[in-house]
Amino acid sequence: MDTFILMGITGIGLGALYFLIASGLTLIYGLMGVLNFAHGALLTVGAFAGLWFATKVATATNTTNFLLSMIVGGLAAGLIALIAEQLVITKLYERHMDQALVTVGLALVIGAVLAGWFGNDLHTYPTPLWFAKGIKIGTAIIPADRFMYIGVAIALLIGNWALLKFTRIGLIIRAGVENRTMVSALGINVKRAFSAVFFLGGFAAGVGGVLVSIYSNGVSPLIAGSYLIYGFIVVVIGGLGSVPGSFLAAMLIGIIKQYANYYVTGLGDFVVVLLLAIVLLVRPQGLLGRVNS
Amino acid sequence: MTALHVNDLHVRINQAHILQGVSFTVPKHKVTALMGRNGVGKSTTLKAIMGLYKGTGSITFNGVELIGKETFEIASSGIAYIPEDREIFSTLTVKENLELAARKSTKQSAYEQIYALFPELQSRSAQRAGSLSGGQQQMVSIARVLLNENEIILVDEPTKGLAPKLVTEVADALAKVAKNETMIIVEQNLGLVKRVAEHLLVMDQGRIIYEGSPEKLSDPEWVHAMLGVSGGGAH
Repeated sequence: MDTFILMGITGIGLGALYFLIASGLTLIYGLMGVLNFAHGALLTVGAFAGLWFATKVATATNTTNFLLSMIVGGLAAGLIALIAEQLVITKLYERHMDQALVTVGLALVIGAVLAGWFGNDLHTYPTPLWFAKGIKIGTAIIPADRFMYIGVAIALLIGNWALLKFTRIGLIIRAGVENRTMVSALGINVKRAFSAVFFLGGFAAGVGGVLVSIYSNGVSPLIAGSYLIYGFIVVVIGGLGSVPGSFLAAMLIGIIKQYANYYVTGLGDFVVVLLLAIVLLVRPQGLLGRVNS
Repeated sequence: MTALHVNDLHVRINQAHILQGVSFTVPKHKVTALMGRNGVGKSTTLKAIMGLYKGTGSITFNGVELIGKETFEIASSGIAYIPEDREIFSTLTVKENLELAARKSTKQSAYEQIYALFPELQSRSAQRAGSLSGGQQQMVSIARVLLNENEIILVDEPTKGLAPKLVTEVADALAKVAKNETMIIVEQNLGLVKRVAEHLLVMDQGRIIYEGSPEKLSDPEWVHAMLGVSGGGAH
């Protein structure tokens, strides 16, 4: 039973990391139809920016400094996302193949720059001491850092919901995901909403990058690895454009993957792909996605 | 006084040459009806004015060229658009649909006027717009443009697909709105056009073939020859 609880909670922690990647991807695709393959590189940018802050600026390893480094990572990735959107993506709206190629190119360039600068070795990310402790739930001992992942993901979900529900820009984003042409016809410059979504998506990826570097025991240009692919799987299963859908899908995938890896010995990836196939066949719009009329 | 002047407007969509040199004027403070058989380019004309289709030629609004401008700039300059398929935001509530359309200059009294015109929208303000009937959705579509001060309203087939009772309701609302507004209305419903139109345009094969008084619509033979329909029908 303790193993079952351990796998369940660590699965939720893993799902939280997937959600941080997927929340930006789903809004960017839902609003702009842009498949942003550079999103994984933003995760790496966030991790390195956070590492720089934690090792050069606020070097004492405590919770406050860790949280600050996470915000710095998020801001750096958000800024890079915004610059990429302004310099490249805005020129390519409605040109989906070109967007895909350009964002793949951006990912390669960012990865190469970071590899040239820092090398491909793992750099240890300083964390508060309590991250290494275990927290007892029932008879299971859960690594404490998993609760940080889960807490950040929930905070991001609530922040996202509040932004979308209670602000003017959120209203524009929700309407734009449904019909951006009509938003423009109401006299609204929807491209400003595009930029806001790119920044927010980059911010979430950057925060995710810091947490992934803890989960992966260090920072390297290669840490994004499978996270981008899992981010896309989460977006498809959750429903394109649906942030709550992505949250639900991310948690589901994290838990199923952990259980499958443990109980069916290393078949986690296979089971997730199987789940993706089933969703595509049975409910192609995803768990909380809308059917396009 | 002319509000809008369209001159030699051409629009190509993929390989099709849809508008082939459309030219007309829209007088201020009058309702201009744009009529014609299906597929002659009426909706495309409105969309080209809104910048939703890129065209060549000239569209001047109060002396300012609109060709090359972005849709949101055209809308912000005072041109409002009620699209053919209503295109309300189905996942937003009625209130959110209206709030989205409101601008900084929108006054609270504008909401009161809207709710006086469409009382149902007030009682359903918290309801998701996607769950409204077709007629109610059309009311939302009309209401969101009336929230703001407009210089011209483009209305594309407002009664299309509505039940006869709803056609009358929407027609009544439009007739009220039409007073003192500059409007271009694309409509197949001859009764509604006769009721509101003060200026008539007829299109065929991507060109304007008649521009003048709507009195011609009283002549059944002319109507049959120009529009391919009988001259009856009133709502």
